[in-house]
Amino acid sequence: MKPTDIRDPEYFHKVVDCQHACPAHTPVPEYIRLIAQERYDDAYMVNWESNVFPGILGRTCDRPCEPACRRGRVEEEPVAICRLKRVAADNKESILDRLPKIPTRKNGKKIALIGGGPASLTVARDLAPLGYQIDLYDNQPAGGGFMRSQIPSFRLPPSVLDEEVDYILGMGIHTHFHTYVDSLKSILDKSYDAVFVGTGAPRGSDLDIPGRQQCDKNIHIGIEWLGSVAFDHIHKTGKRVIVLGGGNTAMDCCRTARRLGGEDVKVVVRSEFAKMKASPWEIEDAQTEDIPIINNHMPKAFVHENGKLLGMKFDQVEVVYDQSGKRSLIPTGDEIFYEADEVLIAIGQDNAFPWIERDLGIEFGKWDMPQVDNTTFQSTNPKVFFGGDAAFGPENIITAVAHGHQSAVSIDLFLSGKSVQQRPAPGVNLISQKMGVHEWSYDNLVTIDLRQKVPHVDKSITLKDRKVEVELGFDIEAAYREAERCLNCDVQTVFDGAKCIECDGCTDICPTDCINFIDNAEEPVLRRSLRAPANDENQDLYISDRLVQTQRVMVKDENVCLHCGLCAERCPTGAWDMQRFLYSVTKAG
Amino acid sequence: MTYAKPAFRHPDAKTNEVGCTRRDYEGGLSTLCAGCGHDSISAAIIDACYELSIEPHRVAKLSGIGCSSKTPAYFLSGSHSFNSVHGRMPSVATGANLANRDLIYIGVSGDGDTASIGMGQFAHVMRRNLNMTYIVENNGCYGLTKGQDSATMDTESVSKKGDINPYMPIDLVRVGIEIGATFVGRSFSGDKAQLVPLIKAAISHRGFALLDVISPCVTFNNHQGSTKSYASFRDHRDAMPVDFIPRREAITTSYDAGVVHEACMHDGSVLRLQKVNEEYNIEDPQSALEAIAHHAKEDRILTGLLYIKRDSEELHDVLQTAAKPLNTMTQRELCPGSRFLDSINAGLR
Repeated sequence: MKPTDIRDPEYFHKVVDCQHACPAHTPVPEYIRLIAQERYDDAYMVNWESNVFPGILGRTCDRPCEPACRRGRVEEEPVAICRLKRVAADNKESILDRLPKIPTRKNGKKIALIGGGPASLTVARDLAPLGYQIDLYDNQPAGGGFMRSQIPSFRLPPSVLDEEVDYILGMGIHTHFHTYVDSLKSILDKSYDAVFVGTGAPRGSDLDIPGRQQCDKNIHIGIEWLGSVAFDHIHKTGKRVIVLGGGNTAMDCCRTARRLGGEDVKVVVRSEFAKMKASPWEIEDAQTEDIPIINNHMPKAFVHENGKLLGMKFDQVEVVYDQSGKRSLIPTGDEIFYEADEVLIAIGQDNAFPWIERDLGIEFGKWDMPQVDNTTFQSTNPKVFFGGDAAFGPENIITAVAHGHQSAVSIDLFLSGKSVQQRPAPGVNLISQKMGVHEWSYDNLVTIDLRQKVPHVDKSITLKDRKVEVELGFDIEAAYREAERCLNCDVQTVFDGAKCIECDGCTDICPTDCINFIDNAEEPVLRRSLRAPANDENQDLYISDRLVQTQRVMVKDENVCLHCGLCAERCPTGAWDMQRFLYSVTKAG
Repeated sequence: MTYAKPAFRHPDAKTNEVGCTRRDYEGGLSTLCAGCGHDSISAAIIDACYELSIEPHRVAKLSGIGCSSKTPAYFLSGSHSFNSVHGRMPSVATGANLANRDLIYIGVSGDGDTASIGMGQFAHVMRRNLNMTYIVENNGCYGLTKGQDSATMDTESVSKKGDINPYMPIDLVRVGIEIGATFVGRSFSGDKAQLVPLIKAAISHRGFALLDVISPCVTFNNHQGSTKSYASFRDHRDAMPVDFIPRREAITTSYDAGVVHEACMHDGSVLRLQKVNEEYNIEDPQSALEAIAHHAKEDRILTGLLYIKRDSEELHDVLQTAAKPLNTMTQRELCPGSRFLDSINAGLR
């Protein structure tokens, strides 16, 4: 194998699994250390710079970082990264003086943002400090988009949402709420220099089976129904509610129904439990609120009598995988009937662009989706950019934020007359953490504490009021214990082969058998011949140049390195050093 | 300030036949200098015991005084241990072995503890062919007292201060072969591929097994001019590769037949040595001494298994002691009463 080029920022970036997995590449270990030091304002700002909505995401993020967390590979559960983020938001003092200054003299460029969700707000956050004049259009009465209309208050209190949305709107954004944009042409005609479309995926899928039309009064599309609840148009529901679908929207629907008078609420899912799209913790929360989840049931018909909904019929199905692994749902012949007063359909959502005229130079492709470059987020009309769910279909908040950052970079490049393809390199910083003998400027001791549980308000209280937040968040002590579980994967093991005397001190001390000195070979051979086989091919091998004394190479399997620093501790020559690697995605401007 | 080894191990860490992972053979965290060869030897002992599936409580580790003799604290924390007086580990080992012949005895000593203050005891324990593994962690200097030349320091090796050593070195392997050790090997802390199988073979050997392991002192004897630095020793070493094949495994490696020596050990395992040449007979002490001397003349250091005498009589055989350890005997067996005492006394009259 060729020696590893550690000057390529992507190599060490990939070692920080959580940050690498995060669409916005938030420097997770960096802010977790700050939380452990009770520097909540600093921790909040590290987040805010990167993901814009720490308080919101600390409650609602899909957490792609947690399955990636290295801790989950050496212990039972990953670090509770998401809930630590919330700790920073909950405990911060005022950060207003740290927000970017907005120039009073503008740069003369005008930008329209269509939709007031996380993608648009991120674009605004990045471009307003650069002097752009920004108009934001949204049909809702307030900013936040789906974060406001679809995430129930018991998961995300409006005060948290308002605070973080207002940080951005307070940057002199001209908001046009209650304004449904029904023509992109009319916007372009207003001589904006660029337009950003962040309108989400607003159309909930319907279910066209017998009885649908007749019972329309008692059947609702999940996301629309959640929106009506959020904006106080709906206050109660029937006692018996069936929720169709296995995603997070279904979980929000069923839990909301429990709070609006639903006593017998059940979720019915076509597929098996293991294949449900909802996050495991949201499923768990629903089950805790006495909501059964019924799998392998295919909706067959709405049953009604004189226009009154009586319930639903389902075909029980069996999941069968063929040899190629393709799944099919085969009816067993059993038909099941569940009574219901109301049905909520949460089986997916789609994009819809009826308001974009097709003669504006924006090409549409498959599924009637606009053609958008997945790096620059530019459409085929160079003035028009797409981001968030509007760009490539439904994802999540943190992905929308990542899109927003990149779109802002593109818009700024475009309006400065530069190529949008020339992306700015990431900011990278690599600093030794050695302070003295046995002293490192990070907590290198690996605790054996298990994942801390987030306390919940008792359901006898939360089920009575949809506005009571269920999760209480970590207190300071639990937050500290949880923060100390972080392995500090951003403190990198950096090897300088020229200094190595091949004493084996590092190999001998490594608690997880990561370090090897062996003859070089091709990667598959190397992976098999290490002290502990390197079976996870997604995890890189760190290879040195040939060493002077024996012509062998140092091979380190990054997979389960605990970043404990003992290799550097036992190294007599400083060939190993622990160096903090800070990787930041470069923003617009 | 934090200096502790994390409890986590590799999630795919395998267990051996007695259900232990490699980490179950560890000891406390070493307080030796970073980069010390002794730590690598501790790690090699850990590897050997793990791979031999030895239950840690079946081992007694013994040592004298010095950097080397601290190391039993850093491996096999589940074993019996005795840190004895300077140079007196052999007598403690002899006593322990006579009392309980069922344990595996691993002695760890240094060049001072063996070749200076302990030279007398060292000679006699070899002469008696006590059934034990005796590892000398040989760095050519007294590291614990700031690096004075030891008795194994080569002539004209330069000390850290710049003085040239005027004295002849004691070559422990030659002494061992001359005096009666029945298994004599030399190795290097920086080559586990050779050291680990040698330790395994030494443990399997029935009789006295001496391993002289060159173990550079990073602090006082790893500079230019020293003959026992990592770089110098690697430069001057001729390594004979060693394979240790436990009884239950098939032999898969193949060497040129002329230079391979296979020795079937007492427990049925097989030791394979790839010799430097065809003439060298490692079961002949004279041949071994000649090979060592020949290499030394060429300024080379021969490492590997240098000499083995199989089917020798170890001390218990010579003394015709009881077959069982004393602690498994009843009071009646240990103290058979005045009738037996009388008959013994009568025999002496």
